[in-house]
Amino acid sequence: MEIFFTQLTNGLAVGGIYALIALGYTMVYGVLKLINFAHGDLFTIGTYLGLSLLTSLAITDKLGPVAGVILLAVMVMCLVGIVGILLDRVAYKPLRTSPRLSAVVSALGASIVFSNAIMLVYGPSTKVYPHDILTTRVLDIFGLPVPVMRLVILLTSIVLMIALYGFIQKTKIGTAIRAAAIDQDAARLMGINVDRVIMLVFFIGPALGGAAGLMVGLYYGQIKFTMGWIYGLKAFTAAILGGIGNIPGAMVGGLLLGVIESLGAAYISLAWKDAIAFVVLILILIVRPTGLLGERVAEKI
Amino acid sequence: MLEIQNLHVTYGNVEALHGISLTVEKGEIVTLLGANGAGKSTTLNTICGLIRPSKGEILFQGQSLTRMPAHKVVTHKITQSPEGRRVFGILTVEENLKLGSFTSKNKTRIKNSFEWIFELFPRLAERKNQLAGTLSGGEQQMLAIGRALMSNPKLLLLDEPSLGLAPVLVNQIFKTIRQINKSGVTIILVEQNARIALKIAHRGYVMEVGNMVMNGTSASLLEDPAVVQAYLGGNA
Repeated sequence: MEIFFTQLTNGLAVGGIYALIALGYTMVYGVLKLINFAHGDLFTIGTYLGLSLLTSLAITDKLGPVAGVILLAVMVMCLVGIVGILLDRVAYKPLRTSPRLSAVVSALGASIVFSNAIMLVYGPSTKVYPHDILTTRVLDIFGLPVPVMRLVILLTSIVLMIALYGFIQKTKIGTAIRAAAIDQDAARLMGINVDRVIMLVFFIGPALGGAAGLMVGLYYGQIKFTMGWIYGLKAFTAAILGGIGNIPGAMVGGLLLGVIESLGAAYISLAWKDAIAFVVLILILIVRPTGLLGERVAEKI
Repeated sequence: MLEIQNLHVTYGNVEALHGISLTVEKGEIVTLLGANGAGKSTTLNTICGLIRPSKGEILFQGQSLTRMPAHKVVTHKITQSPEGRRVFGILTVEENLKLGSFTSKNKTRIKNSFEWIFELFPRLAERKNQLAGTLSGGEQQMLAIGRALMSNPKLLLLDEPSLGLAPVLVNQIFKTIRQINKSGVTIILVEQNARIALKIAHRGYVMEVGNMVMNGTSASLLEDPAVVQAYLGGNA
Protein backbone atom coordinates (compact mmCIF):
# COMPACT_ATOMS: atom_id res chain seq x y z
CA MET A 1 0.00 0.00 0.00
CA GLU A 2 2.74 2.40 0.89
CA ILE A 3 4.60 1.72 -2.33
CA PHE A 4 1.44 2.21 -4.32
CA PHE A 5 0.67 5.49 -2.60
CA THR A 6 4.21 6.79 -2.98
CA GLN A 7 4.26 5.92 -6.66
CA LEU A 8 0.83 7.42 -7.18
CA THR A 9 1.77 10.81 -5.72
CA ASN A 10 5.08 10.72 -7.51
CA GLY A 11 3.31 9.89 -10.76
CA LEU A 12 0.86 12.73 -10.30
CA ALA A 13 3.65 15.22 -9.71
CA VAL A 14 5.57 14.08 -12.78
CA GLY A 15 2.30 13.90 -14.70
CA GLY A 16 1.52 17.52 -13.81
CA ILE A 17 4.85 18.48 -15.34
CA TYR A 18 4.14 16.43 -18.47
CA ALA A 19 0.73 18.05 -18.71
CA LEU A 20 2.16 21.57 -18.55
CA ILE A 21 4.58 20.80 -21.36
CA ALA A 22 1.90 18.95 -23.32
CA LEU A 23 -0.28 22.08 -23.30
CA GLY A 24 2.34 23.87 -25.36
CA TYR A 25 2.31 21.16 -28.02
CA THR A 26 -1.44 20.99 -28.12
CA MET A 27 -2.08 24.74 -28.29
CA VAL A 28 0.35 25.30 -31.14
CA TYR A 29 -1.03 22.28 -32.95
CA GLY A 30 -4.56 23.56 -32.41
CA VAL A 31 -3.92 26.87 -34.13
CA LEU A 32 -1.23 26.00 -36.70
CA LYS A 33 -1.51 22.21 -37.14
CA LEU A 34 2.22 22.16 -36.45
CA ILE A 35 4.09 19.96 -34.00
CA ASN A 36 6.57 22.32 -32.44
CA PHE A 37 9.46 19.91 -31.99
CA ALA A 38 11.54 22.64 -30.39
CA HIS A 39 9.10 22.81 -27.48
CA GLY A 40 11.06 20.35 -25.34
CA ASP A 41 14.10 22.59 -25.68
CA LEU A 42 12.09 25.61 -24.56
CA PHE A 43 11.42 23.56 -21.42
CA THR A 44 15.18 23.05 -21.02
CA ILE A 45 15.77 26.76 -21.51
CA GLY A 46 13.33 27.25 -18.63
CA THR A 47 15.36 25.04 -16.31
CA TYR A 48 18.64 26.75 -17.20
CA LEU A 49 17.24 30.28 -17.01
CA GLY A 50 15.76 29.36 -13.64
CA LEU A 51 19.17 28.25 -12.41
CA SER A 52 20.92 31.35 -13.73
CA LEU A 53 18.40 33.76 -12.23
CA LEU A 54 18.34 31.86 -8.96
CA THR A 55 22.10 31.94 -8.46
CA SER A 56 22.80 35.39 -9.92
CA LEU A 57 19.95 37.35 -8.33
CA ALA A 58 19.73 35.38 -5.09
CA ILE A 59 16.09 36.40 -4.83
CA THR A 60 15.21 33.53 -2.52
CA ASP A 61 17.67 34.93 0.02
CA LYS A 62 16.16 38.38 -0.19
CA LEU A 63 12.47 37.54 -0.42
CA GLY A 64 12.28 34.19 1.32
CA PRO A 65 11.68 30.87 -0.47
CA VAL A 66 7.98 31.26 -1.31
CA ALA A 67 7.88 34.80 -2.70
CA GLY A 68 11.29 34.31 -4.24
CA VAL A 69 10.30 31.20 -6.16
CA ILE A 70 7.03 32.76 -7.31
CA LEU A 71 8.86 35.81 -8.65
CA LEU A 72 11.43 33.52 -10.24
CA ALA A 73 8.65 31.52 -11.91
CA VAL A 74 7.08 34.69 -13.33
CA MET A 75 10.42 35.82 -14.73
CA VAL A 76 11.21 32.42 -16.23
CA MET A 77 7.75 32.13 -17.79
CA CYS A 78 7.97 35.60 -19.38
CA LEU A 79 11.47 35.00 -20.73
CA VAL A 80 10.71 31.56 -22.16
CA GLY A 81 7.47 32.97 -23.59
CA ILE A 82 9.47 35.65 -25.39
CA VAL A 83 11.86 33.00 -26.71
CA GLY A 84 8.77 31.17 -27.97
CA ILE A 85 7.56 34.24 -29.87
CA LEU A 86 11.02 34.73 -31.38
CA LEU A 87 11.14 31.06 -32.37
CA ASP A 88 7.87 31.49 -34.26
CA ARG A 89 9.08 34.68 -35.92
CA VAL A 90 12.35 33.20 -37.11
CA ALA A 91 11.58 29.54 -37.76
CA TYR A 92 7.85 29.24 -38.52
CA LYS A 93 6.32 32.52 -39.64
CA PRO A 94 8.28 32.76 -42.91
CA LEU A 95 6.98 29.25 -43.74
CA ARG A 96 3.31 29.92 -42.95
CA THR A 97 2.20 29.47 -46.56
CA SER A 98 4.70 26.72 -47.41
CA PRO A 99 3.84 23.01 -47.31
CA ARG A 100 3.47 21.82 -43.75
CA LEU A 101 6.49 19.53 -43.93
CA SER A 102 8.79 22.56 -44.30
CA ALA A 103 7.71 23.90 -40.94
CA VAL A 104 8.20 20.47 -39.34
CA VAL A 105 11.76 20.30 -40.65
CA SER A 106 12.31 23.84 -39.45
CA ALA A 107 11.04 22.77 -36.01
CA LEU A 108 13.53 19.90 -35.85
CA GLY A 109 16.29 22.30 -36.86
CA ALA A 110 15.25 24.81 -34.21
CA SER A 111 15.37 22.02 -31.63
CA ILE A 112 18.98 21.19 -32.55
CA VAL A 113 19.95 24.87 -32.52
CA PHE A 114 18.44 25.37 -29.07
CA SER A 115 20.00 22.35 -27.40
CA ASN A 116 23.42 23.15 -28.88
CA ALA A 117 23.11 26.78 -27.88
CA ILE A 118 22.39 25.73 -24.30
CA MET A 119 25.43 23.44 -24.37
CA LEU A 120 27.64 26.24 -25.67
CA VAL A 121 26.47 28.68 -23.02
CA TYR A 122 26.32 26.37 -20.00
CA GLY A 123 28.62 23.56 -20.96
CA PRO A 124 27.85 19.89 -21.60
CA SER A 125 28.08 18.65 -18.01
CA THR A 126 25.20 18.21 -15.60
CA LYS A 127 24.35 21.29 -13.56
CA VAL A 128 22.94 21.25 -10.05
CA TYR A 129 20.30 23.51 -8.53
CA PRO A 130 21.04 24.69 -4.99
CA HIS A 131 19.08 22.26 -2.82
CA ASP A 132 18.56 24.28 0.30
CA ILE A 133 15.91 26.55 -1.19
CA LEU A 134 12.76 24.58 -0.75
CA THR A 135 11.45 22.53 2.07
CA THR A 136 12.28 18.84 2.23
CA ARG A 137 9.57 18.20 4.81
CA VAL A 138 7.50 15.07 4.46
CA LEU A 139 3.88 15.16 5.51
CA ASP A 140 2.24 12.23 7.18
CA ILE A 141 -1.20 11.57 5.65
CA PHE A 142 -2.96 8.67 7.38
CA GLY A 143 0.38 7.13 8.07
CA LEU A 144 1.59 7.49 4.48
CA PRO A 145 4.53 9.77 3.73
CA VAL A 146 4.03 12.58 1.23
CA PRO A 147 6.85 15.03 0.53
CA VAL A 148 5.54 18.60 0.63
CA MET A 149 7.30 19.46 -2.62
CA ARG A 150 5.41 16.77 -4.46
CA LEU A 151 2.12 18.35 -3.41
CA VAL A 152 3.39 21.81 -4.29
CA ILE A 153 4.31 20.69 -7.78
CA LEU A 154 1.00 18.95 -8.36
CA LEU A 155 -0.98 21.92 -7.02
CA THR A 156 1.03 24.45 -9.02
CA SER A 157 0.48 22.60 -12.25
CA ILE A 158 -3.21 22.17 -11.52
CA VAL A 159 -3.60 25.87 -10.73
CA LEU A 160 -1.82 26.82 -13.96
CA MET A 161 -3.98 24.42 -15.95
CA ILE A 162 -7.22 25.71 -14.43
CA ALA A 163 -6.13 29.28 -15.08
CA LEU A 164 -5.41 28.44 -18.72
CA TYR A 165 -8.68 26.59 -19.13
CA GLY A 166 -10.65 29.49 -17.65
CA PHE A 167 -8.82 31.94 -19.89
CA ILE A 168 -9.54 29.90 -23.03
CA GLN A 169 -13.17 29.16 -22.17
CA LYS A 170 -14.38 32.31 -20.51
CA THR A 171 -12.56 35.33 -21.90
CA LYS A 172 -13.05 37.14 -25.18
CA ILE A 173 -9.44 36.57 -26.21
CA GLY A 174 -9.73 32.89 -25.26
CA THR A 175 -12.77 32.56 -27.50
CA ALA A 176 -10.80 34.26 -30.28
CA ILE A 177 -8.05 31.64 -29.85
CA ARG A 178 -10.61 28.86 -30.13
CA ALA A 179 -12.17 30.49 -33.19
CA ALA A 180 -8.78 30.85 -34.90
CA ALA A 181 -8.10 27.16 -34.18
CA ILE A 182 -11.33 26.17 -35.91
CA ASP A 183 -11.22 28.38 -39.00
CA GLN A 184 -8.60 31.08 -39.46
CA ASP A 185 -10.29 32.91 -42.32
CA ALA A 186 -13.67 32.93 -40.60
CA ALA A 187 -11.91 34.29 -37.50
CA ARG A 188 -10.38 37.08 -39.62
CA LEU A 189 -13.85 37.96 -40.88
CA MET A 190 -14.87 38.51 -37.25
CA GLY A 191 -12.13 41.09 -36.89
CA ILE A 192 -9.73 38.79 -35.04
CA ASN A 193 -6.07 39.48 -35.74
CA VAL A 194 -4.97 35.88 -36.29
CA ASP A 195 -1.27 36.78 -36.33
CA ARG A 196 -1.72 38.23 -32.86
CA VAL A 197 -3.49 35.05 -31.72
CA ILE A 198 -0.62 32.92 -32.99
CA MET A 199 1.85 35.15 -31.18
CA LEU A 200 -0.12 34.79 -27.96
CA VAL A 201 -0.21 30.99 -28.33
CA PHE A 202 3.56 31.01 -28.85
CA PHE A 203 3.88 32.98 -25.63
CA ILE A 204 1.53 30.95 -23.42
CA GLY A 205 2.69 27.47 -24.49
CA PRO A 206 6.41 28.08 -23.98
CA ALA A 207 5.70 30.02 -20.76
CA LEU A 208 3.96 26.94 -19.32
CA GLY A 209 6.84 24.77 -20.58
CA GLY A 210 9.28 27.14 -18.88
CA ALA A 211 7.34 26.85 -15.62
CA ALA A 212 7.56 23.07 -15.91
CA GLY A 213 11.30 23.38 -16.50
CA LEU A 214 11.77 25.44 -13.37
CA MET A 215 9.77 22.94 -11.34
CA VAL A 216 11.86 20.04 -12.59
CA GLY A 217 15.04 21.94 -11.70
CA LEU A 218 13.83 22.75 -8.22
CA TYR A 219 12.43 19.29 -7.56
CA TYR A 220 15.03 16.97 -9.06
CA GLY A 221 18.01 19.28 -8.70
CA GLN A 222 20.02 18.00 -11.65
CA ILE A 223 19.71 19.41 -15.15
CA LYS A 224 21.36 18.64 -18.46
CA PHE A 225 21.13 20.29 -21.85
CA THR A 226 19.68 17.15 -23.46
CA MET A 227 16.85 16.71 -20.95
CA GLY A 228 14.32 18.50 -23.19
CA TRP A 229 14.36 15.60 -25.59
CA ILE A 230 12.90 12.96 -23.29
CA TYR A 231 10.57 15.36 -21.44
CA GLY A 232 9.39 16.73 -24.76
CA LEU A 233 8.79 13.25 -26.11
CA LYS A 234 6.83 12.23 -23.03
CA ALA A 235 4.74 15.40 -23.09
CA PHE A 236 4.12 14.97 -26.80
CA THR A 237 2.96 11.43 -26.02
CA ALA A 238 0.68 12.84 -23.33
CA ALA A 239 -0.80 15.33 -25.80
CA ILE A 240 -1.48 12.54 -28.31
CA LEU A 241 -2.83 10.32 -25.55
CA GLY A 242 -5.38 12.96 -24.56
CA GLY A 243 -6.15 13.95 -28.14
CA ILE A 244 -3.86 16.52 -29.73
CA GLY A 245 -5.35 19.97 -30.10
CA ASN A 246 -7.56 19.41 -27.08
CA ILE A 247 -6.58 21.35 -23.95
CA PRO A 248 -8.34 19.22 -21.32
CA GLY A 249 -6.96 16.21 -23.21
CA ALA A 250 -3.39 17.39 -22.66
CA MET A 251 -4.06 17.79 -18.94
CA VAL A 252 -5.64 14.35 -18.56
CA GLY A 253 -3.05 12.73 -20.84
CA GLY A 254 -0.17 14.22 -18.86
CA LEU A 255 -1.43 13.16 -15.45
CA LEU A 256 -2.36 9.71 -16.71
CA LEU A 257 0.98 9.14 -18.38
CA GLY A 258 2.83 10.20 -15.23
CA VAL A 259 0.85 7.80 -13.06
CA ILE A 260 1.09 4.85 -15.47
CA GLU A 261 4.80 5.33 -15.85
CA SER A 262 5.39 5.61 -12.15
CA LEU A 263 3.27 2.58 -11.22
CA GLY A 264 4.80 0.60 -14.09
CA ALA A 265 8.28 1.42 -12.84
CA ALA A 266 7.39 0.17 -9.37
CA TYR A 267 5.43 -2.96 -10.20
CA ILE A 268 6.85 -4.11 -13.50
CA SER A 269 10.37 -2.88 -13.96
CA LEU A 270 12.19 0.40 -13.50
CA ALA A 271 14.24 -0.28 -16.59
CA TRP A 272 11.07 -0.53 -18.65
CA LYS A 273 9.65 2.77 -17.40
CA ASP A 274 9.86 4.59 -20.75
CA ALA A 275 8.79 1.56 -22.76
CA ILE A 276 5.68 1.16 -20.62
CA ALA A 277 4.63 4.72 -21.39
CA PHE A 278 4.86 4.14 -25.11
CA VAL A 279 3.17 0.73 -24.99
CA VAL A 280 0.23 2.40 -23.29
CA LEU A 281 0.21 5.07 -25.99
CA ILE A 282 0.14 2.45 -28.72
CA LEU A 283 -2.65 0.51 -27.03
CA ILE A 284 -4.81 3.59 -26.55
CA LEU A 285 -4.28 4.74 -30.11
CA ILE A 286 -5.28 1.31 -31.41
CA VAL A 287 -8.55 1.53 -29.50
CA ARG A 288 -9.10 5.28 -29.84
CA PRO A 289 -7.11 6.79 -32.71
CA THR A 290 -8.23 10.31 -31.81
CA GLY A 291 -6.89 10.03 -28.26
CA LEU A 292 -8.89 9.91 -25.06
CA LEU A 293 -10.73 13.22 -25.34
CA GLY A 294 -10.37 13.62 -29.07
CA GLU A 295 -13.89 12.35 -29.53
CA ARG A 296 -15.27 15.44 -31.16
CA VAL A 297 -13.28 15.28 -34.34
CA ALA A 298 -13.65 18.98 -35.04
CA GLU A 299 -12.34 19.90 -31.58
CA LYS A 300 -9.11 21.65 -32.24
CA ILE A 301 -8.15 23.43 -29.04
CA MET B 1 -20.63 54.01 -50.98
CA LEU B 2 -18.37 51.27 -52.39
CA GLU B 3 -16.37 51.76 -55.51
CA ILE B 4 -14.18 49.10 -57.10
CA GLN B 5 -11.99 50.11 -60.00
CA ASN B 6 -10.09 47.81 -62.31
CA LEU B 7 -9.54 45.07 -59.73
CA HIS B 8 -7.11 42.30 -60.62
CA VAL B 9 -6.54 39.23 -58.46
CA THR B 10 -3.97 36.54 -59.13
CA TYR B 11 -3.67 33.10 -57.55
CA GLY B 12 -0.15 31.87 -58.26
CA ASN B 13 0.20 32.27 -62.00
CA VAL B 14 -3.49 32.29 -62.73
CA GLU B 15 -5.40 35.54 -62.87
CA ALA B 16 -8.86 35.09 -61.34
CA LEU B 17 -10.17 38.64 -61.77
CA HIS B 18 -9.22 40.52 -64.93
CA GLY B 19 -9.88 44.08 -63.88
CA ILE B 20 -13.45 44.32 -62.68
CA SER B 21 -15.24 47.52 -61.71
CA LEU B 22 -18.31 47.82 -59.55
CA THR B 23 -20.17 50.49 -57.62
CA VAL B 24 -22.68 50.13 -54.83
CA GLU B 25 -24.81 53.00 -53.56
CA LYS B 26 -25.95 53.37 -49.99
CA GLY B 27 -29.13 51.43 -49.20
CA GLU B 28 -28.96 49.18 -52.24
CA ILE B 29 -29.04 45.44 -52.63
CA VAL B 30 -26.66 44.62 -55.47
CA THR B 31 -26.39 41.06 -56.69
CA LEU B 32 -23.44 39.40 -58.41
CA LEU B 33 -24.53 36.67 -60.78
CA GLY B 34 -22.48 34.16 -62.66
CA ALA B 35 -21.54 30.53 -62.98
CA ASN B 36 -19.17 28.65 -60.69
CA GLY B 37 -15.65 30.00 -61.04
CA ALA B 38 -16.76 33.36 -62.42
CA GLY B 39 -14.99 35.13 -59.55
CA LYS B 40 -17.93 36.17 -57.39
CA SER B 41 -16.56 34.83 -54.10
CA THR B 42 -13.10 36.09 -55.02
CA THR B 43 -14.60 39.56 -55.41
CA LEU B 44 -16.23 39.42 -51.97
CA ASN B 45 -13.12 38.01 -50.31
CA THR B 46 -10.99 40.74 -51.87
CA ILE B 47 -13.33 43.44 -50.55
CA CYS B 48 -13.06 41.81 -47.11
CA GLY B 49 -9.28 41.72 -47.22
CA LEU B 50 -8.90 37.93 -47.17
CA ILE B 51 -7.35 38.16 -50.64
CA ARG B 52 -4.92 40.86 -51.75
CA PRO B 53 -5.49 42.29 -55.19
CA SER B 54 -2.54 42.56 -57.56
CA LYS B 55 -3.90 45.75 -59.12
CA GLY B 56 -6.84 48.09 -58.74
CA GLU B 57 -8.59 50.14 -56.08
CA ILE B 58 -11.30 49.49 -53.52
CA LEU B 59 -12.82 52.63 -52.04
CA PHE B 60 -15.37 52.55 -49.25
CA GLN B 61 -16.92 55.88 -48.28
CA GLY B 62 -13.97 57.62 -49.83
CA GLN B 63 -11.37 55.55 -47.93
CA SER B 64 -9.11 53.02 -49.58
CA LEU B 65 -9.51 49.43 -48.44
CA THR B 66 -7.04 48.09 -50.98
CA ARG B 67 -4.55 45.75 -49.27
CA MET B 68 -6.05 46.32 -45.83
CA PRO B 69 -5.93 43.10 -43.73
CA ALA B 70 -9.28 41.42 -43.11
CA HIS B 71 -9.44 42.10 -39.39
CA LYS B 72 -9.10 45.85 -40.07
CA VAL B 73 -11.74 45.92 -42.81
CA VAL B 74 -14.28 44.76 -40.21
CA THR B 75 -13.70 47.95 -38.22
CA HIS B 76 -14.87 49.90 -41.29
CA LYS B 77 -18.25 48.23 -40.81
CA ILE B 78 -18.03 45.74 -43.65
CA THR B 79 -18.80 42.13 -42.78
CA GLN B 80 -19.32 38.93 -44.67
CA SER B 81 -21.45 35.85 -44.27
CA PRO B 82 -19.14 33.49 -46.15
CA GLU B 83 -19.94 30.73 -48.59
CA GLY B 84 -20.67 27.48 -46.80
CA ARG B 85 -21.56 29.43 -43.63
CA ARG B 86 -18.26 28.70 -41.85
CA VAL B 87 -19.85 28.86 -38.40
CA PHE B 88 -17.62 27.81 -35.51
CA GLY B 89 -19.08 24.33 -35.06
CA ILE B 90 -17.82 23.48 -31.60
CA LEU B 91 -18.74 26.85 -30.12
CA THR B 92 -22.26 27.65 -28.97
CA VAL B 93 -24.64 29.83 -30.98
CA GLU B 94 -24.17 32.57 -28.42
CA GLU B 95 -20.36 32.34 -28.59
CA ASN B 96 -20.54 32.53 -32.38
CA LEU B 97 -22.65 35.67 -32.21
CA LYS B 98 -20.38 37.19 -29.60
CA LEU B 99 -17.42 36.66 -31.91
CA GLY B 100 -19.35 38.62 -34.50
CA SER B 101 -19.12 41.61 -32.19
CA PHE B 102 -15.42 41.04 -31.52
CA THR B 103 -14.41 44.53 -32.67
CA SER B 104 -17.05 46.49 -30.80
CA LYS B 105 -16.49 47.52 -27.23
CA ASN B 106 -19.83 49.17 -26.52
CA LYS B 107 -21.77 46.78 -24.26
CA THR B 108 -25.21 48.30 -24.79
CA ARG B 109 -24.70 48.21 -28.53
CA ILE B 110 -23.76 44.53 -28.36
CA LYS B 111 -26.88 43.89 -26.29
CA ASN B 112 -29.01 45.72 -28.87
CA SER B 113 -27.45 43.67 -31.65
CA PHE B 114 -28.32 40.46 -29.83
CA GLU B 115 -31.93 41.64 -29.47
CA TRP B 116 -32.12 42.64 -33.13
CA ILE B 117 -30.72 39.32 -34.34
CA PHE B 118 -32.99 37.27 -32.10
CA GLU B 119 -35.90 39.31 -33.49
CA LEU B 120 -34.82 38.58 -37.07
CA PHE B 121 -34.12 34.91 -36.33
CA PRO B 122 -36.15 33.78 -33.31
CA ARG B 123 -34.84 30.26 -33.87
CA LEU B 124 -31.36 31.36 -32.85
CA ALA B 125 -32.67 32.60 -29.52
CA GLU B 126 -34.16 29.17 -28.86
CA ARG B 127 -30.86 27.48 -29.71
CA LYS B 128 -28.63 29.96 -27.92
CA ASN B 129 -26.73 27.40 -25.87
CA GLN B 130 -26.52 24.70 -28.52
CA LEU B 131 -23.27 23.99 -30.37
CA ALA B 132 -23.41 25.61 -33.80
CA GLY B 133 -22.34 22.36 -35.48
CA THR B 134 -25.52 20.65 -34.31
CA LEU B 135 -27.82 23.17 -36.04
CA SER B 136 -29.62 22.38 -39.28
CA GLY B 137 -28.34 23.92 -42.53
CA GLY B 138 -30.96 26.66 -42.47
CA GLU B 139 -30.22 27.52 -38.87
CA GLN B 140 -26.50 27.64 -39.59
CA GLN B 141 -27.21 30.06 -42.42
CA MET B 142 -29.23 32.22 -40.05
CA LEU B 143 -26.35 32.09 -37.59
CA ALA B 144 -23.81 33.05 -40.26
CA ILE B 145 -25.91 36.07 -41.26
CA GLY B 146 -26.65 36.95 -37.65
CA ARG B 147 -22.97 36.72 -36.76
CA ALA B 148 -22.12 39.08 -39.62
CA LEU B 149 -24.74 41.55 -38.35
CA MET B 150 -23.43 41.61 -34.78
CA SER B 151 -21.00 44.42 -35.49
CA ASN B 152 -23.72 46.67 -36.99
CA PRO B 153 -22.28 46.67 -40.50
CA LYS B 154 -23.00 49.37 -43.03
CA LEU B 155 -22.18 46.95 -45.83
CA LEU B 156 -23.08 43.27 -45.60
CA LEU B 157 -21.64 40.76 -48.07
CA LEU B 158 -23.68 37.58 -48.45
CA ASP B 159 -22.11 34.66 -50.28
CA GLU B 160 -24.61 32.05 -51.47
CA PRO B 161 -27.13 32.27 -48.63
CA SER B 162 -29.46 29.82 -50.40
CA LEU B 163 -26.82 27.10 -50.82
CA GLY B 164 -28.19 23.69 -49.92
CA LEU B 165 -31.43 24.96 -48.40
CA ALA B 166 -34.98 23.78 -49.03
CA PRO B 167 -37.10 26.23 -51.10
CA VAL B 168 -39.29 27.18 -48.13
CA LEU B 169 -36.24 28.15 -46.12
CA VAL B 170 -34.75 30.05 -49.06
CA ASN B 171 -37.85 32.23 -49.26
CA GLN B 172 -37.74 32.83 -45.56
CA ILE B 173 -34.05 33.79 -45.59
CA PHE B 174 -34.54 36.14 -48.55
CA LYS B 175 -37.48 37.81 -46.81
CA THR B 176 -35.19 38.44 -43.86
CA ILE B 177 -32.43 39.76 -46.14
CA ARG B 178 -34.88 42.32 -47.52
CA GLN B 179 -35.86 43.22 -43.96
CA ILE B 180 -32.19 43.71 -43.02
CA ASN B 181 -31.75 45.97 -46.05
CA LYS B 182 -34.84 48.02 -45.11
CA SER B 183 -33.30 48.69 -41.71
CA GLY B 184 -30.47 50.51 -43.48
CA VAL B 185 -27.83 47.91 -44.28
CA THR B 186 -26.41 47.99 -47.80
CA ILE B 187 -26.00 44.50 -49.22
CA ILE B 188 -23.95 42.76 -51.89
CA LEU B 189 -25.50 39.40 -52.63
CA VAL B 190 -23.72 36.60 -54.45
CA GLU B 191 -26.18 33.97 -55.59
CA GLN B 192 -26.45 30.96 -57.87
CA ASN B 193 -30.20 31.25 -57.74
CA ALA B 194 -30.43 34.24 -60.08
CA ARG B 195 -34.21 34.42 -60.15
CA ILE B 196 -34.67 34.92 -56.43
CA ALA B 197 -31.63 37.19 -56.21
CA LEU B 198 -32.96 39.53 -58.90
CA LYS B 199 -36.33 39.54 -57.15
CA ILE B 200 -34.95 41.30 -54.08
CA ALA B 201 -31.96 43.16 -55.60
CA HIS B 202 -32.10 46.69 -56.95
CA ARG B 203 -29.32 46.14 -59.43
CA GLY B 204 -27.22 43.27 -60.66
CA TYR B 205 -23.85 42.53 -62.21
CA VAL B 206 -23.14 39.48 -64.32
CA MET B 207 -19.66 37.95 -64.13
CA GLU B 208 -18.05 35.50 -66.51
CA VAL B 209 -14.61 33.96 -65.91
CA GLY B 210 -13.18 36.93 -64.07
CA ASN B 211 -14.85 39.70 -66.05
CA MET B 212 -17.89 41.88 -65.55
CA VAL B 213 -19.91 41.30 -68.69
CA MET B 214 -23.14 43.08 -67.96
CA ASN B 215 -24.89 45.22 -65.41
CA GLY B 216 -28.20 46.95 -64.96
CA THR B 217 -31.31 47.20 -62.85
CA SER B 218 -32.88 43.94 -61.79
CA ALA B 219 -35.89 44.61 -64.00
CA SER B 220 -33.74 45.12 -67.09
CA LEU B 221 -31.62 42.02 -66.36
CA LEU B 222 -34.74 39.90 -65.90
CA GLU B 223 -35.78 40.89 -69.40
CA ASP B 224 -32.41 40.55 -71.05
CA PRO B 225 -32.46 37.53 -73.38
CA ALA B 226 -28.83 36.62 -72.70
CA VAL B 227 -29.40 36.61 -68.94
CA VAL B 228 -32.60 34.65 -69.26
CA GLN B 229 -30.88 32.13 -71.47
CA ALA B 230 -27.80 31.66 -69.28
CA TYR B 231 -29.03 32.13 -65.72
CA LEU B 232 -32.79 31.89 -65.58
CA GLY B 233 -33.01 28.67 -67.51
CA GLY B 234 -35.50 29.58 -70.21
CA ASN B 235 -36.61 31.78 -73.06
CA ALA B 236 -37.71 35.35 -72.57
